[in-house]
Amino acid sequence: MAEHIVSSYDNDLQGLRRRITEMGGIAEKMLVDSIAALVRHDKALAQSVIASDSRLDVLQREVEESAILTIARRQPLAVDLRETISAIRVSGDVERIGDLAKNIAKRALAIGEEFQPQKIVLGLQHMSDLVLGQLKDVLDAYTQQDTAKAVDVWKRDGAIDALYTSLFRELLTYMMEDPRNISFCTHLLFCAKNIERIGDHTTNIAETVHYLVLGENLAIDRPKNDRSIDATVNTGA
Amino acid sequence: MSSIALDTSSAIGKSTANTAAPVRIAVRDLNFYYGDFRSLKDISIDFYDRQVTALIGPSGCGKSTLLRTFNRIYSLYPEQRAEGEILLDGQNVLSPSIDVNELRARVGMVFQKPTPFPMSIYDNIAFGIRLYENLPRSELDGRVEEALRKAALWDEVKDKLRQSGMGLSGGQQQRLCIARTIAQQPEVILLDEPTSALDPISTGKIEELIEHLRTEFTIVIVTHNMQQAARISQFTAFMYLGELVEFGPTNKMFMTPTKKQTQDYITGRFG
Repeated sequence: MAEHIVSSYDNDLQGLRRRITEMGGIAEKMLVDSIAALVRHDKALAQSVIASDSRLDVLQREVEESAILTIARRQPLAVDLRETISAIRVSGDVERIGDLAKNIAKRALAIGEEFQPQKIVLGLQHMSDLVLGQLKDVLDAYTQQDTAKAVDVWKRDGAIDALYTSLFRELLTYMMEDPRNISFCTHLLFCAKNIERIGDHTTNIAETVHYLVLGENLAIDRPKNDRSIDATVNTGA
Repeated sequence: MSSIALDTSSAIGKSTANTAAPVRIAVRDLNFYYGDFRSLKDISIDFYDRQVTALIGPSGCGKSTLLRTFNRIYSLYPEQRAEGEILLDGQNVLSPSIDVNELRARVGMVFQKPTPFPMSIYDNIAFGIRLYENLPRSELDGRVEEALRKAALWDEVKDKLRQSGMGLSGGQQQRLCIARTIAQQPEVILLDEPTSALDPISTGKIEELIEHLRTEFTIVIVTHNMQQAARISQFTAFMYLGELVEFGPTNKMFMTPTKKQTQDYITGRFG
């Protein structure tokens, strides 16, 4: 893309991109660390995840303020307007991702060293690996303005939903088996839900990238596989 | 260029493009020459009835030249000539058999700098009417009032109709010129950068006026103000170096233009 005649306009837009890149990096690390803290019972790591969320909040606010100023000062049009609006949207999604990772870290602290069924923990780890892949890819797609990559992320989210549904069933089963499991299972269920929600935010970002580059919205209906709403457990009673 | 498919998928709300509107002016293979210099190159474009079409592009791109062909005002200058067809309701206005005075009543024009005549406000309006029609006094009064009302100027001047038009503010003078044009009951109104010499408040009044006038007239406006084009027009044409680069519904032109040149120009990347 050619440069603007007014070079400070380019600086404004670059400032938005730079902040979002920084936000993406922080959110990725928060997700990785929150899961590691959960799996390894690492309280210090959990604390550091919680602490890093405030930087994300500050950056999101900066993106929003700077985007609003850009609209007021430069009246952006076409790709510039889409870029400015997209920055507001993406920063909002990344900020939410940070909140969800922070919530996982808080639950890691709450669970402490209570018994955790290995199968569930591995399931969570696997789910978060998938979501992390989504997050990295969609942030790359944003930076490189790569719609094919964004659409790929958008389509892949179905696999995460399916994994969430199966974890949901398993946790339900553990809870039915022994009421003493309910406390940590509920925390793990929320962790799973948080990871699944992070996946949803990556698809939001994918939709924004599509809009940013092509000026068109993706279809409203995304392939979804979250069947947890229908999940029931046969107690045999 | 007339083969460009118009995308109306983004049409939301009343101010968006109506591509189903009848074509008022159809330009076909228009070339224009200042002496040996060819300043318009094979322009083909349709202007829709009771829609505002904005012509945008850098200085010297030919947008004002195009505007000046519609009422043949260029023919005041012997070195300038147009080739091709400009069909106003199917009739070629470039044809030698056209009565140019009648054409200019049908296709009114307002310029960048307000051009009130050095006469009273009343006579500024009545002058144009008297050129074409011989009306009894009471009817003439009615026509003057109607034109001033439509130009949103009546309330400001009704008590000083006998005062000179030159005494009005710039914005009022421009609305007086619009009233003078309207009084001749034209079909098409051409506006050549009508607000570039006005302050923001006067500009707002003219823009508000254009929105109302659109319900009655087909309007073509040349403007250097991109946001103004985006605000007040339903269609936008981008011209560059005498060529029509892109034409389409304004919402599409300013959000997702098809041509790179258009995007570079409207986003301030040209150079």
